[in-house]
Amino acid sequence: MDKEISREIILENFQNPLNKTNVIDEKYQKINTRNPNCIDNIDLYILFDNDIIKDIKFNGEACAISTASTSIMLKNLIGKTIKEAKNYINNFYHMCNKEEYDENILNEGLAFQDIYKQSNRIHCALLPYKGIIEALEEYEKKNKI
Amino acid sequence: MHREDFPMLKGDIIYLDNGATSLKPQCVIDKMTDYYENYSANAHRGDYDISYKVDLEYENARDLVREFIGARRKEEIVFTSGSTDSMNLIVNGFFGNLLEAGDEILLTKMEHASNIMPWFRVALKTGANIKYIPLDDNNFVTIDNLKSVVTPRTKVISLAEITNVVGDIRPIKDICKFAHERDIFVVVDGAQSVPHKKINVSDSDVDFLAFSGHKMLGPTGIGVLYAKYELMENIEPVNLGGGMNESFDSPDKIVLKEIPTRLEAGTPNIAGVIGLGEAVKYLNKIGMENIEKYEKNLRNYLIEKLVKIPHIDILNLESDSGIVTFNVDGLFSEDVAYYLNKYGICVRAGSHCAKLTKDVLGVVNSLRVSLYFYNTESEIDSLVDLLKDKDKIIKEMI
Repeated sequence: MDKEISREIILENFQNPLNKTNVIDEKYQKINTRNPNCIDNIDLYILFDNDIIKDIKFNGEACAISTASTSIMLKNLIGKTIKEAKNYINNFYHMCNKEEYDENILNEGLAFQDIYKQSNRIHCALLPYKGIIEALEEYEKKNKI
Repeated sequence: MHREDFPMLKGDIIYLDNGATSLKPQCVIDKMTDYYENYSANAHRGDYDISYKVDLEYENARDLVREFIGARRKEEIVFTSGSTDSMNLIVNGFFGNLLEAGDEILLTKMEHASNIMPWFRVALKTGANIKYIPLDDNNFVTIDNLKSVVTPRTKVISLAEITNVVGDIRPIKDICKFAHERDIFVVVDGAQSVPHKKINVSDSDVDFLAFSGHKMLGPTGIGVLYAKYELMENIEPVNLGGGMNESFDSPDKIVLKEIPTRLEAGTPNIAGVIGLGEAVKYLNKIGMENIEKYEKNLRNYLIEKLVKIPHIDILNLESDSGIVTFNVDGLFSEDVAYYLNKYGICVRAGSHCAKLTKDVLGVVNSLRVSLYFYNTESEIDSLVDLLKDKDKIIKEMI
């Protein structure tokens, strides 16, 4: 992805993030995710319908990269089955770690294509993913999916 | 001033994070290298010439530190690994044995983790209670506010002389006078003050003082605990082992050495101690009064420029130290720090290890510029130029 376009996508998602709100229904499952070495601290709220991620919202204090990454993650995971979501997450992880990944499914997530070059910011981009994985595993365990 | 003495300043950086650690002058580096290259023996084992030289250098550094802070006796100076270590030794080794259930410990919410967490634990262990001194509108400590929380159960007041976020200079001498009239001990966290202003513990009458070497041009891993002689005598060693005992035969037959040696168990950080001594000599040569004056002028220069930028919100406008804490309106502090880093400017972002400050400031994270005497007006001009244009910050911070 072109660098200028990547920057615009990240900026747009940072300044107008999807579903960043503190109004949360109690039906949502909450998970906190933070980086111990910096100050990013995000709460993710996930609404499941069987094995479908019906909705995700988030709130908290985080840098531009973490906020934009969360917004983009939400756009790509809402409406997906847990299996599809895991596939997206895995590919995103692979991209950030400079491993092989499927470009065709990451959509706006490709804005972080070069993040591996900034080793001190990879953890910012991965912050929401760290949280969602934990939430998915917790949900699967609880519901024996 | 004196920039030529610092090898790090030959590089292309603007270092404005002196509250985290300071740069080291060549003389400190050379002094430590000299130890490692020419007389690298252990201390207190003076059976041969180079070991005897270690003893002389080590104890000379203790004397330099004693004189630097105006302590009366060498026994009042114990070397530790840093302020955190010193604070833990004071809290556990002294107050752990003194405090009783219902006693009160007075702190403020502006303190660094090292002046809060050890007290949390000792409070749990002893049943003592922690109370916070209310702060005035500028987040300063005043004697009147102190009066409002002192009770007959107050045993100790523990404060930073200069806080690492707000950067206010606390009236330690007045606090000591007030406290000692009521038989209350005063512990001072000097991590941010000892490197930047003239300290005299005999004049201020503080009971305990903790500070680090690395924030005052010395090496990392070395710090100082000052305690009045009679109080130092009553600190129970936290570490037992080599170098601090005279003899041991059975659990009830242990004879410890005199202070300060019995509080420095194990092989000490010899190079660190000697390096710190050299840093003290260097600071003396420049003069602490000159450093204080220079930094105050530089701070004023920075503040005058920052207040003119509408999107900058300064959190500690009224403070006097070289610590300036601010935010860029609507932006996350870490993003701004990343942006400045692209231009070689080093500033700190975050909560600065003082996580209770959010209760008072209403701000979790901020940017902190902390100055030292080797910073210049031209460096501040570069910083201010980069902060002026908010659109540029947003465009370049990612």
